[in-house]
Amino acid sequence: MIRLEKRPQPSRAWSYATPVLAVVITMIAGGILFAFLGKDPFLAIKTIFYDPLLGEFAWYYRGQLLVKAGPLILIAIGLSLGFRAGIWNIGAEGQYIMGAIFGAAVGLAFYPMEARWLIFPLMVIAGALGGFLWAMIPAILKTRFNTNEILVSLLLVYVAEQFLASMALGALRNPEGSGFPGSRNLQQYPAAANTELIAGTGMHWGVVAAFIAVIAAYVLLKRHMLGYQIRLTGESPRAARFAGVRPNLLIIFCMGISGALAGLAGLFEVAGPAGQISIDFNSGYGFTAIIVAFLGRLHPVGILLAGLLLALTYIGGEAAQANLGLPAAAIQAFQGMLLFFLLAVDVLTNYRIRLRRTEAA
Amino acid sequence: MKRRTVLAGGAAAAALGMTRAAWAQQETVKAGFIYVGPKNDGGWSQHHHEAALEMAEHFGDKVELVIQESVPEGADSERAMTQMALGGADIIFTTSFGFMDPTINVAAKFPDVKFEHCTGYKTADNVGVYSARFYEGRAVQGFLAGKMTKTNKIGYIASFPIPEVIRGINSAYIHAKQVNPDVEFAVIWAFTWFDPAKESDAAQALIEQGCDVVLQHTDSTAPQAAAQKAGDVYTFGQAADMAEYAPMPRISSIIDVWAPYYIERVQAVLDGTWESDNTWDGIGAGMVGIGEISSAVPDDIKTEAEALRDSIASGEYHPFTGPLNKQDGSAWLAEGEVADDGTLAGLNFYVEGLKGDIPS
Repeated sequence: MIRLEKRPQPSRAWSYATPVLAVVITMIAGGILFAFLGKDPFLAIKTIFYDPLLGEFAWYYRGQLLVKAGPLILIAIGLSLGFRAGIWNIGAEGQYIMGAIFGAAVGLAFYPMEARWLIFPLMVIAGALGGFLWAMIPAILKTRFNTNEILVSLLLVYVAEQFLASMALGALRNPEGSGFPGSRNLQQYPAAANTELIAGTGMHWGVVAAFIAVIAAYVLLKRHMLGYQIRLTGESPRAARFAGVRPNLLIIFCMGISGALAGLAGLFEVAGPAGQISIDFNSGYGFTAIIVAFLGRLHPVGILLAGLLLALTYIGGEAAQANLGLPAAAIQAFQGMLLFFLLAVDVLTNYRIRLRRTEAA
Repeated sequence: MKRRTVLAGGAAAAALGMTRAAWAQQETVKAGFIYVGPKNDGGWSQHHHEAALEMAEHFGDKVELVIQESVPEGADSERAMTQMALGGADIIFTTSFGFMDPTINVAAKFPDVKFEHCTGYKTADNVGVYSARFYEGRAVQGFLAGKMTKTNKIGYIASFPIPEVIRGINSAYIHAKQVNPDVEFAVIWAFTWFDPAKESDAAQALIEQGCDVVLQHTDSTAPQAAAQKAGDVYTFGQAADMAEYAPMPRISSIIDVWAPYYIERVQAVLDGTWESDNTWDGIGAGMVGIGEISSAVPDDIKTEAEALRDSIASGEYHPFTGPLNKQDGSAWLAEGEVADDGTLAGLNFYVEGLKGDIPS
């Protein structure tokens, strides 16, 4: 008989091993799924995990990996701070949208001025501010009226989507777009464009910001009093109060920082890879980042790796679709499996498996 | 013929001072298709996919087909196209309005690959655009809707406020109004091309407001299902025939007929004669098909609707013929005047009589 026995302390070794184990199990289960769909499972797994990194066109895909992982990591880092303290900002998607709108609006307001040294930094500030302000709505409602930040932040995503649509059709619409929705393309406006820093690498300012965020979060959590307070609040809110943590201030800080980082991600995306404010500019980064945060164990370095891994399944998954004819739904199922197995094997971190002979019946 | 194309190819290469060998004749073609929805959405994307399959079948071994479905509009689509181009595609069809800028961007990086963008307006040396004059089909739908409604309220599930959709609403309204002066339109903007849940909600809302005919510019069959449940509501197939809902609630449809165009364009790549184009064909050229008008429609109305269809097909009648005023009452087209393609391509206003605003 198999029994689960609670560990006195979560196992450190397993907390590192489970993500790897989850990936391996996903590969096996995914391979079986692909085999049932009549595709060569080894080829499919190779296309998803190996080709984008070391295959024939890896020079292109490696850059795309950064483009895709950048916003995921940037948003997930912000979210992880709150998640650690038990503050659940689920609405990063909305903050991402608002950051993009604020930033793009500032850039477009200067069109066609050429002072990049002025315009681009202002856009970055506006982007962070947009996300920050949008996150302040659930934060202040929580501290003032004790509303549930999960619900409020999530529902504000839909408000932000409507706002995005109205901006794409109205105030920010390209006056030279002959009536079609969507703003001017910021990529074609050098003073505002978030271009690749080194051609062909995919490295743009958003990716740089993501790396900086990883380092800053690491330092904050390891060395800073605030990081200690965040960890303590997550582990024991009562103890934290005795230790002098002011919970309302912490809520404001965690929501604000995650909103600002999501807003930054939105700004870098709209000025870079996406290029313009359009009705359906957002493509779910804010939600996927929640998976990244947990897959990375809410640890900055873990999030960095998780972001890259998830980006890999996207990019490789697309390649498998185009080259092997795998249906899009199979790829989505494959990504779902990853989170599913991670949560499943997580049991091993907190429990130990005991094999026992059945006692006399 | 053969020699002439080779010469033309050589001349082009010389003129541009670069290798354009791919422009010459080739034995086989790798053709890529990018869809905004799933390839079995029952509407728009499925119809492109079926046309792609028909094209591939037509050419047999000469064509290798690669597809990618459910590609989000925006940055992700750029990668999907790049992927195909890197994978050796010779021609890539991008089949949604939102793929316009990405198509132009990727095309600039792959001058030897040809691109065909559906429903956009930006072209380049290696980017052609194609679309169908769906508003011609909408005229027939509007006519039928005006004749068939008993409550005089017609619902319209619109997707995005882009000219293509606005043209459809105007055309349907004009022709419903012609045969039924009391008719009113209720428009719901779904802001999606394909979302069965949202479309179903929209249809439900319209039916509850008293609409007994529901037109749609979204791609799923969810509105048909909602209408079937209501019992006495008429709908029209969109993009695909949706004949599984005939004769009620689906009483006719607009069918996109892309296969001949795909065959023609891929043939041009094989021949080395491909050139950037701007194709906008309607019922006459066979790009827009009117699905069988079902038995739920009385015979005399059916005959009149078919006459309208035929007069549009022959070019005898244009759905946007004056006198027509804009919504604000200002004059648009004088008596007998016909709208020009430029105005239609960027149409961003309602005609007189339509209520409500275009979202902006």
